[in-house]
Amino acid sequence: MALRRQIRVGSQWMYADEAHKALREALRVMEDEKGGEHGGHHLPWIRRYVFSTDHKWIGIQYGFTALLFLMLGFCLMILMRLQLGWPGTAFNVMKVLGESRAPGGVLLPEAYNQLGAMHGTIMIFLGIVPLAVGAFGNYLVPLQIGAPDMAFPKLNMISYWCYAPGGLIMLASFLAPGGTAQSGWTSYPPLSVIASQGQTWWLVGMVFLITSSLLGSVNFIVTIVQLRAKGLSYMRFPFFVHAQFVTSFLLLLAFPPLEAAAVLQLMDRVAGTSFFLPSGLVVSGQALTNAGGGNPLLWQHLFWFLAHPEVYVLILPAMGIVAEIIANGTRKPLWGYKSMVFATVFLGFMSFVVWAHHMFLTGMGTTISAFFQTTTMIISIPSVIILSSLFLSLWGGSIRFTTPMLFALAFLPMFGIGGLTGLPLGLAAADIHLHDTYYVIGHFHYVVAPGTIFAMFGGIYYWFPKATGRKLNDFWGRVHFWISFVCINGVFFPMFAQGLAGVSRRLYDGGMQYAHAKQIAAQTNPFMSICAIGLLVAQVPFIINFFYNAIAAALGHRDEGLGSNPWGATTMEWAATTSPPLAHGNFEVLPVVYRGPYEYNVPGEAAEFIPQHMPAAPEPAPRGGSLLPSTAVAMREN
Amino acid sequence: MTDPAAAVEPGVDVHEHAGIGDPNAHHHTPEQIRSEMRVYITVFIGLAVLTAVTVGACYGLKLPVHTAIIVALIIASIKGFLVAGFFMHLLSEKKVIYGVLILTVIFFIFLMSLPISHHLSPFGS
Amino acid sequence: MDAHASVGHAELEILYNVHPRPDTGVYNAKLGIWLFLASEVMLFGALFSSLILLRTGADTWPRGFDMLNVPLATFNTFILIVSSVTVVMAWSQLRLGNLKWGRIYISATILCALIFLVNKGFEYGHEFREHNFPKTNNFFAIYFTMTGLHGLHILGGVIVFLYFLGPGAKMWSHDPERYTNRIEVVGLYWHFVDLVWIFLFPVLYLM
Repeated sequence: MALRRQIRVGSQWMYADEAHKALREALRVMEDEKGGEHGGHHLPWIRRYVFSTDHKWIGIQYGFTALLFLMLGFCLMILMRLQLGWPGTAFNVMKVLGESRAPGGVLLPEAYNQLGAMHGTIMIFLGIVPLAVGAFGNYLVPLQIGAPDMAFPKLNMISYWCYAPGGLIMLASFLAPGGTAQSGWTSYPPLSVIASQGQTWWLVGMVFLITSSLLGSVNFIVTIVQLRAKGLSYMRFPFFVHAQFVTSFLLLLAFPPLEAAAVLQLMDRVAGTSFFLPSGLVVSGQALTNAGGGNPLLWQHLFWFLAHPEVYVLILPAMGIVAEIIANGTRKPLWGYKSMVFATVFLGFMSFVVWAHHMFLTGMGTTISAFFQTTTMIISIPSVIILSSLFLSLWGGSIRFTTPMLFALAFLPMFGIGGLTGLPLGLAAADIHLHDTYYVIGHFHYVVAPGTIFAMFGGIYYWFPKATGRKLNDFWGRVHFWISFVCINGVFFPMFAQGLAGVSRRLYDGGMQYAHAKQIAAQTNPFMSICAIGLLVAQVPFIINFFYNAIAAALGHRDEGLGSNPWGATTMEWAATTSPPLAHGNFEVLPVVYRGPYEYNVPGEAAEFIPQHMPAAPEPAPRGGSLLPSTAVAMREN
Repeated sequence: MTDPAAAVEPGVDVHEHAGIGDPNAHHHTPEQIRSEMRVYITVFIGLAVLTAVTVGACYGLKLPVHTAIIVALIIASIKGFLVAGFFMHLLSEKKVIYGVLILTVIFFIFLMSLPISHHLSPFGS
Repeated sequence: MDAHASVGHAELEILYNVHPRPDTGVYNAKLGIWLFLASEVMLFGALFSSLILLRTGADTWPRGFDMLNVPLATFNTFILIVSSVTVVMAWSQLRLGNLKWGRIYISATILCALIFLVNKGFEYGHEFREHNFPKTNNFFAIYFTMTGLHGLHILGGVIVFLYFLGPGAKMWSHDPERYTNRIEVVGLYWHFVDLVWIFLFPVLYLM
């Protein structure tokens, strides 16, 4: 292979092509600054920052909005946990809900239901999916596949502007007479049909959110299939791209039935139809005057037809993030990459035929229950394959315990616990005792909270330098990790014990009214609530760290010594463009891909890692010269 | 400095000649396009006839419910096939589109199994 | 302009907007519209599924032709099929380079769509005068919901066609191939709307 030409720039040796690149970039930046705030592009502020069509900025918009909603959902949960830990106690902070919901600072049961329904809705639909897919997906996928932007940039912008108003409508529902939605995030009829006005707002908000998801998923799929770089075959994708690809198919095909169901429920509430209302319904002693003939189970079927694939939407991008961090942090390729890819595709496919395991207790017959139990057991296999591959990827690795790596490593056992506790729930017989108990809450929170959200945190620490040119403070990152890790287990682990003891979910007093549950509730709830408050406190260093560095970056204070590829990564978002990436078009020239995504410590190569888009492994620089941090070469670790 | 990527400008003209109405070829002769238009008219006549047959059978003859369902759905499927195959040129589309649609059909079947699964499991069975 | 992402003086174009990508054989919007239609299949499929579940679970369910105006709906079915032909003719004319005939056929499509909607208006008006509302029973509930949603899709199509007849036609002057592709893509959506009606009509009116 040919030696790359080196030139001397001042006191440094630099590769000639790197030097030329840096010079071009410097000239471009100078021209941008010369031309005023908008450089040579003269985009008015509103087109550049509000209605942007640049996937990177849209990703950041999604990110900020989603993080705000996550914080809001978390605060709702804190209020709930105050009530659960010390039922009926007056809290000053509860007064923020107003006199109608918390007279004298004591939370009313109806208000607890509102908090519960909106906590779930906000976390899932306004928080995690927009963060995982809208923020991380939007920002990284075009960069990782070597594309200048998404296939449909304007559609991307419209997707965000369906999400944000949808979120606002959801928030506005708090102001509706009678309060917001309070029939669970699952909105089961008949309760949801006879509920107060807030439920209608919830349904309208959902229609906006579903539209946003649909448009986004079309964009992702077309971008990945059509705009991937020359030489980037499917099996050379970074695993993150595979995860986003399958996730987009789930969003595309599974959301419409929920949209249909939402329309039907809207008709029931607003037009007086009886899609979900059976005949002869009596509410508070008064018989309803509707036509009847409807079926509440119809809603459940349609809802869970989406909501089960939805949980894989919640986990797959997280697995993608963890995979990227682990490959990078162990300095070796992922173990079983091919198996992981096929497992992901199989998982996506199977997720469409397991939905009724959420309905084991609706009186379904044994044959149907057995069918769904079987498919549910089968779907655990690809999850195990993916998790095992990630664990095995650690073996023999040269692990760098950076902050993102801590979160990624913690994800593995946490998702393991979440997944394993799903097994008794998937078995119809065991589910008889565990359905609608705290066991379920513990199970899904383990997968989503120390699972997905930890992966999201890891992703933020990992890709923050890419988006801003600054690293988040490492010390406070570790503080954030350790306190969160301890507290989050303290909140959710006792839930398994509570559930096994028979404490039902959605009880405003945490089980204190039931003799069989009182003791365990009294023993565990206060402890869990204290841990929840600890978890809140643990987020403070993160919030400060995040905003401090984000604002500093926005003001132009880049990290001088950081370079474009501080983690020494092989994937194109790091190695083929600057940090932050070039404002429009991402790359100087569209990259061409010559190798797989994780060529770390390739046997026989002198270079410690080889980026995907490099045709030949870079030669190490001669002794006596120092290397630019951004060059894709470091001396191989011996 | 030569940049291997600079020379890349993949796929401008694709001269794949497929059958009737290959929607992705860009250089059909006017003759080919006109012959496609003749096909469209033929398909239209077929659709009109099939509509008349469905209405005649179910409404005119007032077939019993179960027979009506079968007859109407079979005829509707044929009409659907004609619209999808010729007007939407699915018969000469590329693999990637077929892939998406086959996946959709499979999940559509799952969706339609929903009422079946509901009725196969009456309470207490 | 919208398909460009730029770097200083270099323009990085979003590829395959007009010409197909060699290995997939399709251009971006073609794949995009088929994906969107796939999601629409699931949307209407969910409603058909609900209809079946409600109907098979009901004690009594009226026969469509006893409750609804079949001749008017048959005429509407025919009109919609005509509109499908006109739109594919429009696309063919544009491929031949005839903007004038393309626009005539697009106008014909819009006209058919409006006739369909007007007839729907007559139908609904008649039902309301007979005091048949969505809340009357589940038959009418599903009838109004499904035909209403279908009607909204028709309206959406009309709006898009009007755009391409009007301000959108400017594209023909500087990029006729792209304009033709867009009409093809809208046409695919339109055929799908017709396809839904092909199944909706017998299911609601003839069974």
